[in-house]
Amino acid sequence: MESLYLLVPLSVGVVIAIGWVFWRALESGQFDDLERPGYSILEDDDLKR
Amino acid sequence: MPAAQCYHCGLLVAEPGRWRAPLLGAPRDFCCAGCEAVAGTIAAAGFERYYETRSAAGTAPAELAPAEELDDPQAQAQFVAATGEHGREASLILDRIRCAACLWLVEQWLRRQPGILRASVNYATRRAHVAWDARSTKLSQLVAAVRAIGYDAYPWDPQRQGAMERGERRKALWRLFVAGFGAMQVMMYAFPAYLDDGGTLPRDVEALFRWASLLLTLPVLLFSCTPFFAAAWQDARHRRISLDTPIALGIAAGFGASAWATLAGSGAVYFDSIAMLVFLLLGARYLELGARQRAARSLDRLARWMPSFALRLAGEAPHKVAVHLLAPGDRVLVPAGERVPADGVVERGASSADESLLTGEARPVRKAAGARLVGGSVNLEQPLVLRVMRVGAETQAAAIGRLVERAAAARPRAVAGADRIARSLTWLVLAVAAAAGLYWQDPWVAIAVLVATCPCALALATPVTLTAASARLLSLGMALTRARALEALERATDVVLDKTGTLTEGRFALARTVPLGALDAQACLQLAGALESASRHPLARAFGGAATAAAVDPLSCPGRGMEGSIDGRRLRIGSESFCRELCEVAPPRAFVPPDASHTPVFLACSTGWLAAFLLTDRLRPEARGLVAGLRNAGLHVHLVSGDQPAVVEACARRLGIECFAGAVAPEGKLEYIARLQGEGRVVLMIGDGLNDAPVLARADVSIAMGGGADAAQLQADLVLTGDSLRGVVAAMRLARRTMRIVRQNFGWALAYNALALPAAAAGWIGPWEAALGMAASSFIVVLNAGRISAPARDQRPWKASTSSYRSQSA
Repeated sequence: MESLYLLVPLSVGVVIAIGWVFWRALESGQFDDLERPGYSILEDDDLKR
Repeated sequence: MPAAQCYHCGLLVAEPGRWRAPLLGAPRDFCCAGCEAVAGTIAAAGFERYYETRSAAGTAPAELAPAEELDDPQAQAQFVAATGEHGREASLILDRIRCAACLWLVEQWLRRQPGILRASVNYATRRAHVAWDARSTKLSQLVAAVRAIGYDAYPWDPQRQGAMERGERRKALWRLFVAGFGAMQVMMYAFPAYLDDGGTLPRDVEALFRWASLLLTLPVLLFSCTPFFAAAWQDARHRRISLDTPIALGIAAGFGASAWATLAGSGAVYFDSIAMLVFLLLGARYLELGARQRAARSLDRLARWMPSFALRLAGEAPHKVAVHLLAPGDRVLVPAGERVPADGVVERGASSADESLLTGEARPVRKAAGARLVGGSVNLEQPLVLRVMRVGAETQAAAIGRLVERAAAARPRAVAGADRIARSLTWLVLAVAAAAGLYWQDPWVAIAVLVATCPCALALATPVTLTAASARLLSLGMALTRARALEALERATDVVLDKTGTLTEGRFALARTVPLGALDAQACLQLAGALESASRHPLARAFGGAATAAAVDPLSCPGRGMEGSIDGRRLRIGSESFCRELCEVAPPRAFVPPDASHTPVFLACSTGWLAAFLLTDRLRPEARGLVAGLRNAGLHVHLVSGDQPAVVEACARRLGIECFAGAVAPEGKLEYIARLQGEGRVVLMIGDGLNDAPVLARADVSIAMGGGADAAQLQADLVLTGDSLRGVVAAMRLARRTMRIVRQNFGWALAYNALALPAAAAGWIGPWEAALGMAASSFIVVLNAGRISAPARDQRPWKASTSSYRSQSA
């Protein structure tokens, strides 16, 4: 039971860390356009080089 | 030295060095201060990449001015239309809108302003359409009025819309994720307490779990819940009530009570229920947001039919100018293959124009000197000189665009019924909670009433079901752009079909080749293909792919045909008279096309006639199955088209449609639908093309072809994502099933509240049971909605229709 005193605060910290990582991803624009990545695989980058 | 081009808009730079700014690591020349400023703005915003990735020159959009500057006539030219001497009209984008009630408030508020003639708000696009009297008010005053009630308004500007959308979506997603992470973890902490059957969970460990739950629910409450609290507060200030009111009260009371229990170390906590409830509600809202933004985005495409630049003639020399700088009376050169920049009259030249965007009809229209040209249509064959008559907001294309928006804004009143029930129930819940709390002298009873009867099952009943239906529709090849469309689809009694592009494929195809000379059909087809390969004419596309050789010096004669040499032989393809001039003999036998839906094209060489080709706009293979399926479902089928009456009649006969009308203008289609609606009928419109867009908006429910013009899609409730009609009958069936489930959910939620309300008020259920009951009622609603995704068990009246649909389309 005593381990809970370590694990529960740890889990709170982990949730906050996950939230922060997600916020970074969101602010970097990863979720702005969920349709484009599907098309980008079809865009021929080789032609420009 | 080659003349420098403006780095922004591509115009020639008259004074190199006068407007110069560094961009992408090199100094760039601009044609004017406007382009320099725009480029500077783009660069300052960090969008320099635009210049690297763009495939065409940019335009110089007007900067969004502060409210007072909106009254400047120069600025207004972009977004204000004059109606009569003093009347003005404009479209405004509304910001900080949270729900349908906000839109209603803005609409009502605007109507109360002095000098306002008309104000309507489009719920799908969050745009207000306002008309005012220029003598008694100004646009800036209207914008100030909207700001005074806590919202904001901007004149229509696509770039602003894009930024607004992104910010709104990011924030909504962030709220959803905070609630989601919180809910998951808090549920973990709550689990031991649920399993505890007395004494197995030490008090201090339980307190630890409670404190951890409190800590993680706090961001959910303070951040994720702000939309509910803000909406409830806004409503309270205007002495109104909405579904957000009890949700906000329930969440606040539940959290307050739980926090008190945690601090005091006694009593029940239900942080898990709160976090889960918030997550579910926000999830539904996020999906709704995505659907609404998709609809709004497609509306912006309306502006893109007009080209950005026109070639204005000063004397005989063409100069490239931005389209909004054109004025009536200007002379403009329209090269072949380009869009016409404004409404006007042909001054010189002869060509044909593709007006299919505006009329929906694929047949090109012949244009000679004196003919009217419509802005947005495509000049197909030869350059034309156009005298501009109407520009910008006055053009026919812009007028149709406004018609579309206005027609759509006139609709959503019908959905108010369900809201009213929920609203009166909300009052009841609040009153009972207060009364019970006072009677028992115990705040816990009041909280139990609020939590147990928090109308979240009621609030979830419709959105959750519609979301499931929307996903199912997508797998059937249809995108639902307006959730309430399913309700109308279920009640539909009449179907109005468009012909061109809907029942037919919308492009000419070769139906038959009749050899008239020595050469066989295959050889004639190859010659025709070779001649037509140089033509832009829509009829020419029917011969695409048949060519093995190319014609020497092909020459296009507008409205008549093509001439060219192949293997040293002079050949002509086109109308009968055109070919006759070459071979100088009458056709071998009087050639009569079988009916008006076929267009004959002739091929001749200098020594005689070679062949006649019959072209037709082919019926879609699934059209017959669609009409039969709709009739079997008990719907009346109508065919209304802008095409020639004889063609429409032939088409209706072949499909077995009894009600049909040809040569119907867009206004005529509107009247046709209004007449049906006047008889109490619920009309489903299936169509495509710009001329159908207002009609699609006027109908009770509408379906647009995915391959059709963008404009039609934006006002349609459903868009067929594949270029096929196959999903329509299945969508009808799904709509009936969905509405049945919505009613079950509504009934269940109401029944649960009817039982829980007196029980909680009587003090029989504690907050703990109340939270469980509320969660269970929501869960049942969600599970029931999930049944939509399961494969359909065909209902008896539908069985006949589906089997016959399949056998006919097979």
